[in-house]
Amino acid sequence: MLNYALSRLLTFIPTFIGVTLISFSFIRALPGDPIQVMAGERGISDERYAELAKQFGYDRPIYVQFWDYLTGVLQGDLGNSFVTKRPVWDEFFALFPATLELSICAMIFAVALGLPAGVIAAVNRGKFFDRALMSTALVGYSMPIFWWALLLIIVFSGNLQWTPVSGRIDLLYYFPDPTGFMIIDSLASGQKGAFTSAMRHLILPTIVLGTIPLAVIARQTRSAMLEVLGEDYIRTARAKGMSPGRINGIHALRNALIPVITVIGLSVGTLLAGAILTETIFSWPGIGKWMVDSIFRRDYPVVQGGLLLIAVMVMIVNLTVDMLYGVINPKIRKR
Amino acid sequence: MTLLHIRNLSVDFATASGQFRAVDGVDQDVNESEILAIVGESGSGKSVSMLAVMGLLPWTATVTADELTFDGQDLLTMDPRARRKIVGKDLAMIFQEPMSSLNPCFTVGWQIREALRVHLGMGRRERQARAIELFEQVGIPDPEKRLSAFPHQMSGGMNQRVMIAMAIACKPKLLIADEPTTALDVTIQAQILDLLASLRDETGMGLVLITHDMGVVAETAERVSVQYAGQKIEEQPVVPLFETPHHPYTSALLDALPERATEKRLPTIPGVVPGQFDRPAGCLFSPRCQFANAKCKAEAPRPSSIELGHARCFYPLNSNERAAS
Repeated sequence: MLNYALSRLLTFIPTFIGVTLISFSFIRALPGDPIQVMAGERGISDERYAELAKQFGYDRPIYVQFWDYLTGVLQGDLGNSFVTKRPVWDEFFALFPATLELSICAMIFAVALGLPAGVIAAVNRGKFFDRALMSTALVGYSMPIFWWALLLIIVFSGNLQWTPVSGRIDLLYYFPDPTGFMIIDSLASGQKGAFTSAMRHLILPTIVLGTIPLAVIARQTRSAMLEVLGEDYIRTARAKGMSPGRINGIHALRNALIPVITVIGLSVGTLLAGAILTETIFSWPGIGKWMVDSIFRRDYPVVQGGLLLIAVMVMIVNLTVDMLYGVINPKIRKR
Repeated sequence: MTLLHIRNLSVDFATASGQFRAVDGVDQDVNESEILAIVGESGSGKSVSMLAVMGLLPWTATVTADELTFDGQDLLTMDPRARRKIVGKDLAMIFQEPMSSLNPCFTVGWQIREALRVHLGMGRRERQARAIELFEQVGIPDPEKRLSAFPHQMSGGMNQRVMIAMAIACKPKLLIADEPTTALDVTIQAQILDLLASLRDETGMGLVLITHDMGVVAETAERVSVQYAGQKIEEQPVVPLFETPHHPYTSALLDALPERATEKRLPTIPGVVPGQFDRPAGCLFSPRCQFANAKCKAEAPRPSSIELGHARCFYPLNSNERAAS
């Protein structure tokens, strides 16, 4: 198990360098550069431009710039933001808890609804519930996130006024945030109504961000369950006189979880990508919104560093998923 | 005393091309602590009839019977919840493929203790003690260690022993073994059959052995029921069946045994079991029977008397010898 984890960590190195290269070139491929953005609409004289370019090191050949960046990254230095002048590293970890909180809630939402939905659909294969559920899942999967978000805002925030439109908490509340997780901090602050407010702010972003993973998990659970339900050991469980609930929920689901876990792991990538849109729509102060703002400002170090850190998160999640296989299926553990 | 009592059992499967009758009017009794063998080729409906008794057929199957009782309880009208209390407890079954019949995600110990907990409500300690006892009973060495093994860590023979231990965990009155040795090699086959027979001797449970292997029948069974294309065509105690088979099919099966061969070339039965589309109008065996005449091909025979082994044949073999003796 430990050897396996270490060998998997080694494969991170090429992925890591690849991601660095892509994020480095991707942001430079966009028209415009930070100096022009900083100069604003008034423009800038050619002499001043050259002077600033020299100061930031943009006059040097591109491969030298990349080498500088790469060696910096390997030493743990992601650079400073052009706009705020603060280290990218600090900014990322100041904002990341907000994204993490939203992503965890979205994942819990997706798994808590998707798993049972898939199991029930598989057990009632071909019946009304199955068909209704699977077509709903397809709609959920195909729907553009921003449109779905706006629709929910119009109905629940606009017409019904049940949920707030944006932000993480009402402006009424102010308290220290040692963990960065609004749910925990609001509860710890002991202020009346703070926790409820934080929860109410979470509802719509969670639904929006969790919709696609929910659809994927439901469909994957259904097909995995259908396959498992035809296995011999399910017949054995029935021959033992076990109840259908026990057979579906324990004997079959445990086996069906392996492909589902894979999908959940892959969804984390989708989730972080979706977070960029969702956070922008709901003005959620997480890394998604931060990244979008930085792209508009051509804040090279932030975009590069942010992409890299997100990629590392996704890699870590997928490694965890691979480790989980062994926990769920002892047969894989052995190999 | 009769444990399992079946009258006119039929099973139909709904297929894309219409109804298919897999079991056709089978009568069968199984008594306490007897070993009954059900013999037949693939597709003769021997497994399906017993799966129907267990209630394990898929939803595409329709089970009809005049009578279907186990230990005096009517299985036909029983609701599923009550039936689950019998199945796995008093009425147990083991299957052909031990490797795939055990759940790969749980230890074998867990799978045995589960049956004990659900049916007998034993405490944790009791369950563990009983599981160890069961493993000893089925001859699994080092039971405490083996209980925490997963099915893929054991051999096929060991897994079949686990299946047997699981089936007898709640001291069933009847154990149905569906080709329990087909997937195992020959030496292990003999061990498993010996184990089943000795368990019968110890516990007094009834044993139904579904097989296509006449050698297994001769070694283990006490009474034999021969099935063909969904019908029971003959039933006799084992010794008379081998000495004086009454149905031409039984006789042909016995002739095909290598041990009985007199010529260099082993006799075979030409043709195959009729399927959904080529079901004969008369006797189901008539297309392959060397004695069949026009009557056999036109009319379906009824089971004959008990002296002739209930043989479904107009012209049972060995009828004179039987009458003379």
